[in-house]
Amino acid sequence: MTKRWRRTGAQLIWETLLGEGVHTVFGYPGGAILPAYDAMLDYPIRHILVRHEQGATHMADGYSRASGEVGVAVATSGPGATNMVTGIATAMLDSSPIVCVTGQVGSALIGTDAFQETDVTGVTLPITKHNYLVTEVDEIAPALHEAFYVARSGRPGPVLVDITKDAQQAFTQRRPRLGKVDLPGYRPEPRPPESELQSAAELINRAERPVILAGHGILISGAMGRVRELAERARIPIAMTLLGIGAIPANHALNMGMMGMHGESWVNQAIQEADLLLALGMRFDDRVTGSLKTYAPNAAKIHIDIDPAEFNKNVRVDVALAGDLSAVLAHLLPVIEARDRSEWLGSIRGFKGDTAVRDIQNLPDMGKLYAAHVIHDIWRMTGGKAIVTTDVGQHQMWEAQYYRHNEPRSLITSGGLGTMGFALPAAVGAKVARPDDEVWVIAGDGGFQMTMCELATIAQERLKLNVAIINNGYLGMVRQWQEFFYDRRYAGTPILSPDFAALARSFGLGGEVVKSRQEVEGAVERARADERTVVLDFQVEKEDTVYPMVPTGARLQDMIRRPGQEADGEPESEEEPVAAGRTVEW
Amino acid sequence: MTPGPDGRIRPHIFVVWVEDLPGVLNRVTSLFRRRGFNIESLSVGPARAPGVSRMTIVVRTDATTARRMLVQLSRLVNVLRADDITNEPAIHHELAMFKIQATGEERTQVIQLAGATGARLVDIAPESVVLEATASPAKIDGLEEVLRPYGIVEQVRTGLVGMARGAASVMTDPDARKPPKRRRASSDENGGSHSV
Repeated sequence: MTKRWRRTGAQLIWETLLGEGVHTVFGYPGGAILPAYDAMLDYPIRHILVRHEQGATHMADGYSRASGEVGVAVATSGPGATNMVTGIATAMLDSSPIVCVTGQVGSALIGTDAFQETDVTGVTLPITKHNYLVTEVDEIAPALHEAFYVARSGRPGPVLVDITKDAQQAFTQRRPRLGKVDLPGYRPEPRPPESELQSAAELINRAERPVILAGHGILISGAMGRVRELAERARIPIAMTLLGIGAIPANHALNMGMMGMHGESWVNQAIQEADLLLALGMRFDDRVTGSLKTYAPNAAKIHIDIDPAEFNKNVRVDVALAGDLSAVLAHLLPVIEARDRSEWLGSIRGFKGDTAVRDIQNLPDMGKLYAAHVIHDIWRMTGGKAIVTTDVGQHQMWEAQYYRHNEPRSLITSGGLGTMGFALPAAVGAKVARPDDEVWVIAGDGGFQMTMCELATIAQERLKLNVAIINNGYLGMVRQWQEFFYDRRYAGTPILSPDFAALARSFGLGGEVVKSRQEVEGAVERARADERTVVLDFQVEKEDTVYPMVPTGARLQDMIRRPGQEADGEPESEEEPVAAGRTVEW
Repeated sequence: MTPGPDGRIRPHIFVVWVEDLPGVLNRVTSLFRRRGFNIESLSVGPARAPGVSRMTIVVRTDATTARRMLVQLSRLVNVLRADDITNEPAIHHELAMFKIQATGEERTQVIQLAGATGARLVDIAPESVVLEATASPAKIDGLEEVLRPYGIVEQVRTGLVGMARGAASVMTDPDARKPPKRRRASSDENGGSHSV
């Protein structure tokens, strides 16, 4: 007699995850998720034990951003789930698809303030794309199946599925039938009307001074090729948001680089003088626009995004095209005319002027160790081919300025939420997703200390990463704001750090301290050659500043520029590690 | 939130169709809370289609913000449709009940008033009467004004519900297209008998 099909809820969790293509989860066990952990041993699932659940969510996020697949984090009820909040909010703000599975106390105990009980779906309601409380065994598979669909479709985002302990323990004999998800109120892929596409094409063809604003949506949609085709045919220069970096190769002739608060002044000037902004998968964040009243005053604006809620939120646009970027561009491209626009490209060259000469990267080190030099050297030595993860702050901006990314999904950084402590766990996720790629963490001494417990995870999992700590003894970006806007009153920003190299060694990892420019190359070389993860403690100039900078709320063209007197040195020769294969326009 | 060019603040009436699931009310009201709006009135009840609830929400705001709220509402997974019917030709009614302490001469006057204003007498007790009226919020305000001198001891108003005039309207109920599943969306408490 054949045995009748029978599963526990816990078994269904793993069977559904496997069905969604999941083979690795980042998690931490506990009472309410114990049935799921027990069942896990019987399935081909790699579980990476984190040291803090925030790490699990950042790892899932890093995994997702490196691979384009949904990352999965698992935690128990109460504190396990609340520790995930920062990581979930980070994924929400940067449209990163992750699914968080949390255990919940038994359904009979819900609402009684039971041990380790928290209303997790309530807590995460505003920071998830959607969430579920599952109290019955037969709801588990459909809820998880739906969660993956919602997380990855439309504008991606985090979805949380909270499953009560009794639902995990219960048996069912009803085999789940998971077909196409039917969510009548959910319209993940809108399509713009033909008339709007026509108006957009006319604006583009008519424009004399257009600029493409390239955002994260290009990477999510996989529209890199079509954006290039558009830019090349119509000869439109491209400015990138922080999360758009990598969408267009840094060495592409039309790529100007990053825009906004710490973008180069001439990139911002090009935006301010443009007669057309073509915003692709970006959302006009305040870090990008500066003062909204004076933002690109003479430019018509076309906004293409999959999320209609972004239209006219910050900047009023003339044409809004709701839809998947790649699909919209496929419709738009046939009606885009080839243009020359050399006059416009020439004037942008003029805006650039001596910016590159004043750039700290081209300055002699004068015996000092500058973060810009460290990042430039890492870029040079890795051939620009590493996946780099960063936290938020000065090091993040220097990375964006001096590590020239030519590949999509090669910069993984917390943009919208600006989460300190993101880089190290995100790098773990990236390495697990792409084990054959070189992964570098670039973090500050402040942010690194927020999640450095994950070094133990790295040691336990024998993962090979390289970690560069830009150690300046301050919470550098906050210090910089205090220097500019708070009369150099350094309240709460000087920070004492442990000996990071010795700390790394205590985990069985490698560690080195680097204090001068001459030591950078050797240290980076040794770190790359080491089979263990190596932490490099770059003790850089303490009061270095990220230039240029648009003060909050100022006009985009009113940037605090690099101090002129530092521009006396002879520029170093520009070393281009990647064969550009084309002349760079600027 | 800076008011847009059409920034006149006035009551906006949203009609929102949602899947009838636990926690959906929380999701909808959370959107208004995040923007610091005080909901003036909110009413929820079953729509025509099974598994669908219909909400009428009144919020004071400007047109630009109202438009943004509408898009945000539409973005919720459990929201089937959301309309701003502020400018639609529609019937906006609410139901109100007033308990008035009145005996003797006053009692007769109150009962006469009820007849004259279209309010119905729904309860008579030795020392009080209860009047019920269904009308536009302005008319209800008027009734309250007239009754106040007699001594209103208790009153309740449902908040506004709306329906467009005519046979074909923007407000034809959407279907959930599937039988309601026992899928739980969130864990908040729900007030009424309806399981939103």
